[in-house]
Amino acid sequence: MTAVTTPAKPRKSLWARHKIFETHSIVLILGILIVVSIGGLIEIAPLFYLQSTIEKVSGMRPYTPLELAGRAIYVREGCYNCHSQMIRPLRDEVERYGHFSLAAESMYDKPFQWGSKRTGPDLARVGGKYSDEWQLRHLINPRSLVPQSIMPGYPFLAHTELRYADIATEMRVNRASGVPYSDDMIANAESDLRTQTDPDSSTATAFAARYPKAESRKFNGASKELTEADALIAYLQMLGTLVDFKLYDNKANLR
Amino acid sequence: MASDSEKPAVDAVTGTPTTGHEWDGIQELNTPLPRWWLWTLYLTIIWSIGYWIVYPAWPLISSHTTGIVNYSSRAEVGQELAKLAALRNTQAAGLANASLAEIKASPDLQRIALARGKAAFGDNCAPCHGGAATGAAGYPNLIDDDWIWGGKLDDIQKTILHGIRWEQNPETRVGNMPAFGRTGMLKRDEIAQAVEHVRSIAGLDVDKGLDLAKGKEVFAANCASCHGEAGKGNPELGAPDLTDAIWLYGSSRQAMTEGLINGRSGIMPAWSARLDPVTIKALTVYVHGLGGGQ
Repeated sequence: MTAVTTPAKPRKSLWARHKIFETHSIVLILGILIVVSIGGLIEIAPLFYLQSTIEKVSGMRPYTPLELAGRAIYVREGCYNCHSQMIRPLRDEVERYGHFSLAAESMYDKPFQWGSKRTGPDLARVGGKYSDEWQLRHLINPRSLVPQSIMPGYPFLAHTELRYADIATEMRVNRASGVPYSDDMIANAESDLRTQTDPDSSTATAFAARYPKAESRKFNGASKELTEADALIAYLQMLGTLVDFKLYDNKANLR
Repeated sequence: MASDSEKPAVDAVTGTPTTGHEWDGIQELNTPLPRWWLWTLYLTIIWSIGYWIVYPAWPLISSHTTGIVNYSSRAEVGQELAKLAALRNTQAAGLANASLAEIKASPDLQRIALARGKAAFGDNCAPCHGGAATGAAGYPNLIDDDWIWGGKLDDIQKTILHGIRWEQNPETRVGNMPAFGRTGMLKRDEIAQAVEHVRSIAGLDVDKGLDLAKGKEVFAANCASCHGEAGKGNPELGAPDLTDAIWLYGSSRQAMTEGLINGRSGIMPAWSARLDPVTIKALTVYVHGLGGGQ
């Protein structure tokens, strides 16, 4: 450091001013915190208020209890290690997977399933692409349908009973982090979960009113019991189906 | 304590200036950073200022700076898709307007339709019907001339557009093989007799120990309404021909008995919401041209 000093009027050098940080660890920590929060304020805070990043999209609803249970199995089995749920705004991705993903489409995902590492295909819009029976057979043994697949089989899902005693708690946790589950939804969580696999039950109308556009049927046709495969397939079959892109204005929110 | 020396001293051993700080007699050398490193740092700072000017960078109160090129990843993908659509439209201007029969009749249009159909088949159809369209148990082979729902161009197009037993589509193809056994419509021995009758008309080996005449009666009363008196099937109802050698779920006694007990109702998704009409036309021509089109 070349501090300019004149004998007549000595000026305090930059180093001397900096000394306080080097000699007082608390001051140093405060200084670091201030610098880091400036970065955070400028880079992160705007994401919470800028219109282009908090775009609201019609059609989004919280996951049904069955879908939420399926999502937990998806995360438990580590599906995200090979499958992303994020179609990037790139021509080839839109060509293969459909409309690029919107941030709002994962607004109820805790945590999100974004990514760009794809050992398997992106699943953001896999809902309705295959039949339930295909999904089940593919989960049991992927190579029985796609010979070149390297995905492991998950045959136990088809006959493992779904445990859902804690589903209402899980919904409450989701609500605490911002998912708009109503008291009604939480009170009926277990019943709604069963109703979704039994569209003929008496609670079907109330379920449909709570979760618009939710599909109800026995997703695992190979078992009479409520299995983990029911939940996982219900989740897979709704992925990317909530937003109607015929009504979505692509140009309204360019970024 | 650090000394308050204002004039940095020079270390006698190395000849390098020190920072002027001293802690308990220990001084710190102030070795300058390499020039190339410093200049690279300055360059990146200058580069970032250029970046702020050209690209979207700084958040504002209600929006953000857009930069002089007004870049937007969404606008960019929109333009690229529009360019692709325009390119396809020039290549395949005919596909959109021509009827399926006209596409089939024109070698040029057919060539374009086959190329486009093949790509779409790989992305969308191959997971069930196989990369070579040879199908799998429960998922029909598309290269033979045995069609459950009809093998004419229009039939194939309707199947692709609306799917089979795809509840979300009101025009989907409907027709169920009932679960004769599970619902108690047929008894176990009647099912066995019906299976042997079907085996006899299909030219498969028959268990002579069972009453074939009884099986024929059971068939006439329960199966003929869809599969026809002679078992030739009915594409309107999706009832397969039972007299040929092609079996969607296999021709073993076990597979046939299982079908009679539990019914069969394979599902194909409707593609009208997922694929554009021209792609569906191209797929139709492609599937029709795989070998078995009628």
